Amino acid sequence: MAERYVAAVDQGTNSSRCILFDRRGRLVSVAQREHRQLFPRPGWVEHDAEEIWRNVTRVVPAAVRQIGAEPSQIVAIGITNQRETSLLWDRATGRPIGNAVVWQDTRTDRLVTELAGDEGPDRFQDLCGLPLTTYFSAPRLRWMLDHTPGLRQRAERGEVLFGTMETWLIWNFTGGANGGLHVTDVTNASRTMLMNIETLEWDDQLLEAFDVPRAVLPEIRPSSGVFATATEVLPGVRIGAALGDQQAALFGQTCFSAGEAKCTYGTGSFLLLHTGQEIVRSKHGMLTTVAYQIGDEPASYALEGSMAVTGSLVQWFRDGLGLIHTAAEIETLARTVEDNGGAYIVPAFSGLFAPHWRSEARGVIAGLTGYITKGHLARAVLEATGFQTLEVVDAMNADSGIALTALKVDGGMTANNLLMQFLADLLDVRVVRPMVTETVSLGAAYAAGLAVGYWPDLEGLRSNWHRAGQWLPHMDPARRETEYANWKAAVQRTFNWIRPDQ
Amino acid sequence: MLRLLAAAPDGLGVADLGNALGLAKTTVHGILRTLHQVGFVEQDHSGAHYHLSDAFGRLGESYLDPNELRSRAINWADSLASRSGEVVRVGRLVEGKVVVVHHVFRPDDSDQDLDVGTTLPPHACALGKAVLAFDTSGAARPRKLEAFTTRTIVDPTRLAEELASVRAREWAAEFEEHTVELAGIAAPIRGLGGLVVGAVGLTGRIERICDSRLRHRPDLVSMVRATAEAIGRDLREDN
Repeated sequence: MAERYVAAVDQGTNSSRCILFDRRGRLVSVAQREHRQLFPRPGWVEHDAEEIWRNVTRVVPAAVRQIGAEPSQIVAIGITNQRETSLLWDRATGRPIGNAVVWQDTRTDRLVTELAGDEGPDRFQDLCGLPLTTYFSAPRLRWMLDHTPGLRQRAERGEVLFGTMETWLIWNFTGGANGGLHVTDVTNASRTMLMNIETLEWDDQLLEAFDVPRAVLPEIRPSSGVFATATEVLPGVRIGAALGDQQAALFGQTCFSAGEAKCTYGTGSFLLLHTGQEIVRSKHGMLTTVAYQIGDEPASYALEGSMAVTGSLVQWFRDGLGLIHTAAEIETLARTVEDNGGAYIVPAFSGLFAPHWRSEARGVIAGLTGYITKGHLARAVLEATGFQTLEVVDAMNADSGIALTALKVDGGMTANNLLMQFLADLLDVRVVRPMVTETVSLGAAYAAGLAVGYWPDLEGLRSNWHRAGQWLPHMDPARRETEYANWKAAVQRTFNWIRPDQ
Repeated sequence: MLRLLAAAPDGLGVADLGNALGLAKTTVHGILRTLHQVGFVEQDHSGAHYHLSDAFGRLGESYLDPNELRSRAINWADSLASRSGEVVRVGRLVEGKVVVVHHVFRPDDSDQDLDVGTTLPPHACALGKAVLAFDTSGAARPRKLEAFTTRTIVDPTRLAEELASVRAREWAAEFEEHTVELAGIAAPIRGLGGLVVGAVGLTGRIERICDSRLRHRPDLVSMVRATAEAIGRDLREDN
């Protein structure tokens, strides 16, 4: 019998990809297409949802073709996606209403301040686990309803559908305007601020607070479980899973027990700590989020530390400053010097995420002297990711009461050995890279394969995990302390840059 | 054509080049396509204008950044390690030595140390022979061949024959030439314009790498070659 595969569709911030995995969780083919980043105004970031769907319809067959497989050899589709990016579309025509508003977009800045009112940004934290910031979907959805004439009335009549990217893809995979299924999963729903973190249902109090009509919202389903059978692209193949990208990475790293953690280094970076079936409420700026839900089992939860700008700082160094030609060259440039020369870059491009959550902060290069070369700046760029991770780990340790003993890492930046060594040095723990760096896609594949019985259970998946590389700490503790103190001083200098009247 | 492009900071279109050189549009197109494939010429966003890429000015340097090579190789190298169950390394030739650019542990979760940045003697390992065979600088070929085991090739004539056979079959073998009881298989990675920019290979105990007649296992050879081809395709396509 011909080998069978699971197809993971990763609809990311910069591109859409399809990766096929075999039964032992090994990557067998990859196809990818980038989509345009639209910046209509400062602080606004949009994607064309039709372009994204078009890309998905191309990368999936391309990945299947690459290994000469037949569509019938695909046992399930697992979907994972950039989280919080929000879209409205017309139920009857299937056409998007405007562009998708991306998670990095800060247009809801003022709205978020208004919504926080006197009670402050934590007013909904008990219900949804999240602080009020521009990062999550609900303020964005509210903004779209407020700023398109007549849209709210249409939404209330049920003519308009809301979704994050997995909802958009599943709807299109199942026929779009011709009977498409309008669903989301618990992990994506947990990022809207509209879902009650305990009941895992849309919460009336939250809907009222954000003034969002229930009719626009998709049905919430478990992350792993058969959603539907695709009628488009891979007709007849079951959609077995949908998870937000960071939750998928946690799953792909086989962090299935309380206390296990991973950090994914991409455009932004996200450290997630599995907290079991317990909802841990953070006192140190971490987010409480759903890790996954398998079928009708109880949901697992996680604490999340989100860093908005890590890989994208390298991209800025390449595209904005033009000091390197490819992202990987930053390591070469950084190795031309011994240390950061006293320079620190705090990339608060659109405020600071965890653990600070300061939307009015803006980036700084601190410690700039005539001595600083582009090599020092390259180091400072990489170190910014290390320092941000340390801040998150510190906060996470304080919330969970458990000190991290090793960090499982994945994502594109794990190809950067200088950064990985710096992380081990700074965190003073082992940093471990698994054999499959594409854990986001792997997690989606795992969850989908579980749903259709391609893999029997979680233990079976665990045995697929292997160490591909590891970095051990070597830094002198005194130096670690000085460096961290310098970083903290630099962070202080980013605060209060945007003033309310601006 | 290169001179014209170099003198036009805003780039030139196919018609401009054809007129200036007295060549047919299709001829200009063909030449531009070749120059684009090898990375000397870039197209602007509209696709209407061509200009010289900065790779042209860096001809003399080893133009593929080693960290770029690692980031392109990482997925495929992981996959090779996981399929073969062996240690995988990516290396390239620098000043007559093979420098390890990327290292993937043997997937058995045993204690192993990353050796990225360390060097290997090119004449005594598969990775080295896979790059030496395609080296044209000559300077990279070691003058004195140091022996690491009794099987290390120390005779330059024999090494030349060995490299000729590597060229002929596009992969290199290692059999106890560097370390007793270890064998290896490596294949060259061809980047832009088909130039060999490095090699990818695996190493392991003889009984796992070779069959009962002590020949390198054909299934592992094809895995290694397919991996080198996949990395090369990635390098060539995205430029």
